[in-house]
Amino acid sequence: MFETLSHTALQHYWWILVSLLGAILVFLLFVQGGQSLIYQIGKTADSRKLILNTVGSKWEFTFTTLVTFGGAFFASFPLFYSTSFSGAYWVWFIILFAFVVQAVSYEFRSKPENFLGTKTFDAFLFVNGLLGTILLGAAVSTFFTGSNFTIDSQRHSEWTMATRGLEAALNIQNLSLGLAVFFLSRVLAILYFFNTISNEEVITSSRKHLLYNAAPFVVFFLMFVGFLIFSEGFAVDPVTGNVSMEPYKYLHNLIQMPLVAVLFLAGVVLVLAGIIMPVLSFDKWRDKAIWMAGVGTVLTVFSLFLVAGFNNTAFYPSVADLQSSLTIANSSSSHYTLTAMSYVSLFIPFVLAYIVFAWRAINNKKADVKDLENEHVY
Amino acid sequence: MTNFDPALVDWSRAQFALTAIYHWFFVPLTLGLSFIVAFMESIYVKTGNEEWKRITKFWMTLFGINFAIGVATGIILEFEFGTNWSNYSWFVGDIFGAPLAVEGIMAFFIESTFVAVMFIGWNKVSKKFHLASTWLTAIGANLSALWILVANSWMQYPVGVHFNPDTARNEMSNFWEVLFSPVAINKFLHTVSSGYVLAAVFVIGISSWFLLKNRQIRLAKMSMVVAAVFGLVMSVFIILTGDHSAKLMAKYQPMKFAAMENVYEGQSKAPLVVIGLFQGKNETTGKEEFAAKLEIQNFLSSMAFMDANAFVPGIKDIIEGNAEHNIMPTSERIAKGKLAMDALKGYGEAKKTNDTEKMAQSAKVLEENYRHLGYGSLSAPTDIIPPVKLTFYSFRTMVFLGFWFVLLFVLALIYLMKNKIDHKKWFLRAALISIPLAYLATQLGWVVTEVGRQPWVIQDLMSVATGVSHINTGSVITTFFIFLVVFTVLLIAEVKIMVKQIGLGFKDGGNE
Repeated sequence: MFETLSHTALQHYWWILVSLLGAILVFLLFVQGGQSLIYQIGKTADSRKLILNTVGSKWEFTFTTLVTFGGAFFASFPLFYSTSFSGAYWVWFIILFAFVVQAVSYEFRSKPENFLGTKTFDAFLFVNGLLGTILLGAAVSTFFTGSNFTIDSQRHSEWTMATRGLEAALNIQNLSLGLAVFFLSRVLAILYFFNTISNEEVITSSRKHLLYNAAPFVVFFLMFVGFLIFSEGFAVDPVTGNVSMEPYKYLHNLIQMPLVAVLFLAGVVLVLAGIIMPVLSFDKWRDKAIWMAGVGTVLTVFSLFLVAGFNNTAFYPSVADLQSSLTIANSSSSHYTLTAMSYVSLFIPFVLAYIVFAWRAINNKKADVKDLENEHVY
Repeated sequence: MTNFDPALVDWSRAQFALTAIYHWFFVPLTLGLSFIVAFMESIYVKTGNEEWKRITKFWMTLFGINFAIGVATGIILEFEFGTNWSNYSWFVGDIFGAPLAVEGIMAFFIESTFVAVMFIGWNKVSKKFHLASTWLTAIGANLSALWILVANSWMQYPVGVHFNPDTARNEMSNFWEVLFSPVAINKFLHTVSSGYVLAAVFVIGISSWFLLKNRQIRLAKMSMVVAAVFGLVMSVFIILTGDHSAKLMAKYQPMKFAAMENVYEGQSKAPLVVIGLFQGKNETTGKEEFAAKLEIQNFLSSMAFMDANAFVPGIKDIIEGNAEHNIMPTSERIAKGKLAMDALKGYGEAKKTNDTEKMAQSAKVLEENYRHLGYGSLSAPTDIIPPVKLTFYSFRTMVFLGFWFVLLFVLALIYLMKNKIDHKKWFLRAALISIPLAYLATQLGWVVTEVGRQPWVIQDLMSVATGVSHINTGSVITTFFIFLVVFTVLLIAEVKIMVKQIGLGFKDGGNE
């Protein structure tokens, strides 16, 4: 089946899968959003415990999606993996450290004799919520703003900045996406609380914080979109493979790929609706808002990835040497490997099905503090 | 391919070793305890005996503590291939990435989905659904190990690929050959069974502590029965797969085998040095001399090649060559490796000018000499000798401990059947002390595997010096020490929490 597809078709197929994983990852960052809200919404030890147990039952999904996102990138576009991870060394390590401390904090925070104390583990979770989201957003934004590397004929890469990727955080466009992702994760977390928590104190506080976080999210997201639409982009000549700067490249991509533009607009509308509807009619929308905003997030991020990689665009551009820029064509795995992996990808619907099944099984009613008494408590 | 700063290579290796060792502190227990817990819960569901539920929840709590830190240390390893070994990542990405992606899609999600049900689903899902989740967690955890071990095995024995000069990398030509390589199958079975043995020793050791303290004796003994049966079966299995592993090593990685056995001059009817004490290196020959040793005649030939008369090549044979046994001198392999490297470079230059004739010539030379490619980056034949003493001692310590664990499981079962185990204080203390020994044994297994194959990151094709990322050495040193501090702090936290939870005993779930 997949053997008959061209290498280009397989590259596009895998870019779609990687984009989908990236989009689902951003949605699942609501776990990080919840962690970054523990001091603002969780005013008491009990409410913090409730918040962390609500998002805590999902932390493995986010973590696993991140790991799979990295694995899928390695498998399908290995030149990106080898170039970006070694080049932007410090950015990736800070992100990784933020996730390392997260993984243990849930299990350790409330255990007796945990050496560092509950407050320290809670601080780790907050740091993960803050740095994990901002830096991941900023790193993805470099798909549009470019990075500083060169690649030789044997595909060995060199990073030209001593700051090793940290320089990306100083770019206002990157920063605006990083902050947009941070505030979006908090908005999604609040909507998730509406769906899963019955405790009045937490819900009242969450309702108050929804707009506090939604407003900066909208501002930073619009800033990013403004930069994106009006900036030059990294265009690839489909015949020669040469990379050049093209004014309004990403706007052109949206116009030339109308389906992607529709997905993008639908995504944005759904996210905004997910925020506004529970404000207008809380009881009617408290359960549904997270799914509306969640689907919207997935569609928006998915379409942004497609804008970055499709339509003869360099998805990981180099500002140090334009011709070193990575495209889905020059950075991918071989036809054979992409074919083999494509067969494996047929399991994805099955994986999604059992995730939904298991998720429903353990999320069958709203949680309150008293429900934590007989459970495995974080 | 360029050789970088030697300090950069050493620190990059040190960082990978550090993170891998820390990760491997937690993974084997996850692999084994997941099955032991699944057995225990199965008995509970089958019999309806609430004692088994208490037992299951107690060990499950310890599993959870260990699982979290295993996950935390694992994510670093996945990304470290890119951060610190970028040239290697490109060179093998077409092969190595596929198992990793398969692992993500097929194994990690099973594990992460059902581990959540396993922990928080006791009062939310049916007994049978919960039991299925526990089993699926165990299967997912073990499947995770399969794919990463397939990738590691490929580095020891690269098969199923061809080199593409256009992309300057290996490209997969047969997925099944990669997946079902004899080295991969054996490595998976040997490695996961080491986790099963470690977990069984862990359960027996902790249960022994309860008996020594005269606490919760019945529940501790019930735990011991499950662990001893599982451990005994798996420890026999680990010996069989270990033996096969040595045979494969003798066949595919003769230098590692020669170092592990300290065979300097090859011989037929080679004796096996059961134990030996080194006195130092002979300055003239470079041979590591024994001060004392205990040998079994002909046994090494028999074990490695199933033939007492078989020739076992020594370090000297591999370095200097042995025409009689068709072993090419390493200096010749270095020369051929340099030819391959030059041809690869020439191919790239010819391609730029579209000189098809030169491209074809270069491709031919490259193909003829490709299997020596890694040798081209070496400066001297002796570069291919791994640390002999470390490999030799690590192997023997691991093997002796492996046999001790068999005895431990046998004795545990005998004493349990005779109902005398409470009175065997010496045995209970030995079982408790065996917990750190099990960790030591499994770590030493990796030392043999990884140190023994130096200087290769991919056997014969790429040296560690060639595979490393070109990063400022200071950055790697900094991240090394950050890892050291963070992981050590987390390890201390984990051990303290574990000890406390064990002290709380078999309550309803251990931590509640």
